[in-house]
Amino acid sequence: MTDFVLQHFNYWVVIFLMMIGMYTVISRGHLLKKVIGLNIFQTSVFILYISIGYIEGGTVPIVAGQVVGNTGDVVYANPLPHVLILTAIVVGVSTTALALALIIRIRDAYGTLEENDILKLDQDSDG
Amino acid sequence: MSDETQLIVIILLPLVVAPVCYVVPSPRVAWLLTLATATGCFLIAVQLLLAVLDGGGFSYHLGGWAPPVGIEYRLDVFAAFVLLVLTAIFLVCQLYAGSLTRKSGIKEIPLAIAPTFFAATLLCISGLMGIVVTGDVFNLFVFLEIASLATYAMISLGRQRRALTAAFQYLVLGTIGATFFLIGVGLLYAETGTLNMQEMSTLMPELVDRRTTFTGMTFVIIGLALKLAIFPLHLWLPNAYTEAPSVVTALLAGTSTKVAFYALVRMTVSVFGLETIADTPLPLILLIVGALAVIVTSAQAILQVNIKRILAYSSVAQIGYMVIGVGLLTVEGLTAGFVHLFNHALTKTGLFMAVGIMLLNTVDAKLPSVAGLGRRMPWTSAAVVITAFSLVGIPGTAGFISKWALLDAAMAQEAYFIVGVIVIGSLLACIYLLRLLDVMYFRAPEKVSDHMPAETLTVPFPMITALWVLAIACLWFGMFTEHSLSVAKLAATTIMGVQ
Repeated sequence: MTDFVLQHFNYWVVIFLMMIGMYTVISRGHLLKKVIGLNIFQTSVFILYISIGYIEGGTVPIVAGQVVGNTGDVVYANPLPHVLILTAIVVGVSTTALALALIIRIRDAYGTLEENDILKLDQDSDG
Repeated sequence: MSDETQLIVIILLPLVVAPVCYVVPSPRVAWLLTLATATGCFLIAVQLLLAVLDGGGFSYHLGGWAPPVGIEYRLDVFAAFVLLVLTAIFLVCQLYAGSLTRKSGIKEIPLAIAPTFFAATLLCISGLMGIVVTGDVFNLFVFLEIASLATYAMISLGRQRRALTAAFQYLVLGTIGATFFLIGVGLLYAETGTLNMQEMSTLMPELVDRRTTFTGMTFVIIGLALKLAIFPLHLWLPNAYTEAPSVVTALLAGTSTKVAFYALVRMTVSVFGLETIADTPLPLILLIVGALAVIVTSAQAILQVNIKRILAYSSVAQIGYMVIGVGLLTVEGLTAGFVHLFNHALTKTGLFMAVGIMLLNTVDAKLPSVAGLGRRMPWTSAAVVITAFSLVGIPGTAGFISKWALLDAAMAQEAYFIVGVIVIGSLLACIYLLRLLDVMYFRAPEKVSDHMPAETLTVPFPMITALWVLAIACLWFGMFTEHSLSVAKLAATTIMGVQ
């Protein structure tokens, strides 16, 4: 049992971060904190991908001084998940930038970033 | 241009024009550029569909790298069909958006940011078309985010400050959905070692019993369900549709959820495989959430006062019908789902356009404000009647065809529960739309000074043309069904791999 836990250490970290992120998004009323939670959530997925690419005893996937296809006994870590996650990081950064831009405009329009206050202001303007 | 090249050109064209639109100084030039791009995309989509119908599917290898190593864009009948719907709706919406460059557009989007809006629509359609043609699951995620980011920006252009919170809410939920999809793709990659859809689908049957595969599939489906706004994951949709400018809502109603539906069908039926999902509770879940969507959100639509919100809830209900079509897991069910995708895109885009036109001469989109509009805006109101009939499914309109096809499919499976749901759903739709028509035609304006702006704006020519194109299409495809039905059926048979 302990072995099972320890062997999958990085995956436990992934799940832990994922839950923290999700919980923050759901439980916090402050919009900025929601964005932070979203970022933690996305980061956990990055670690998940990088864990997938890891191969025990594998080295950096750069072929140095050898012809490709004649790599001998050297085991390389899978570079594809890393490349994918670079793309996903870019996507995450763009999303965060857009979210922050929206937050600035919400702050200008409502004067607050607390979800409950915003809801109240909206209801008041209805009445 | 060969057909394969056209497949990449249709994606790149709007992607390249978008930044140009952003920097051109005049909204009018930006509009003309967008309209030209939309026309180009539409013509290419027509050609692609004809090519696929003629000679079967084909694929384009990006950078000359053959799949599964490289990314491929793959086109089959289903993809070409959805591509055509997308580009057609996009073209009509851009025609409608011509009003943004005139005085009357000020009610929607300020003139100064109109070029930004056009740039955003181009990015959005590029992403949506990318989702449809890509044959690589990770590439699908990237296009999903391109389309989503553009959509968040477009929703936030709404006149009222509530548009900002609606956009933010959608951003949070949409990002969670996309990230779920990403987790699923990662787990599936860990099991199959490939991202290519075709190769993944061949590897799937052996790996389906593994827990990782199952978890991956679940994440992918839930992620897409959030984007598709399947009940009960639809909470972002009514707010976003209500607060966005009408032209944006019209565009989203006809394209965004349709593409999410496409992605769901593509991942479940063609990547995971029919046998695989038949063994899981997925078909049953789809039937249940579809039925709940139809009943619950139609009932919610009846309770709304804001017309845009009524139509938004109705959209969630319509998604329910499509999902039911998939849940039946038969060629007939899928055909019905696909035809409904097409018909509902025409109908709902038309209705939202009509609301946008009505807003020109009313203070807001609430029901009492449109009282007596049947006399003041006879042409717009007539188009509302046609599209509303199509939404209910009155014989002679497009909506009838797809609901009939779905009833037929449910009867063939002896799923009488579903038959009942469809009938009740249509009755509920009747109630909320008749309420709208009743107010428009048979109620006198309560307080003339309160609810009517002093001057009656003449409706700009592009807006009313776009609306009537869709209204006539609703009638046309209600009477001459050979084309829409046969293509949808062909799409369903090819995707299910049965002859």
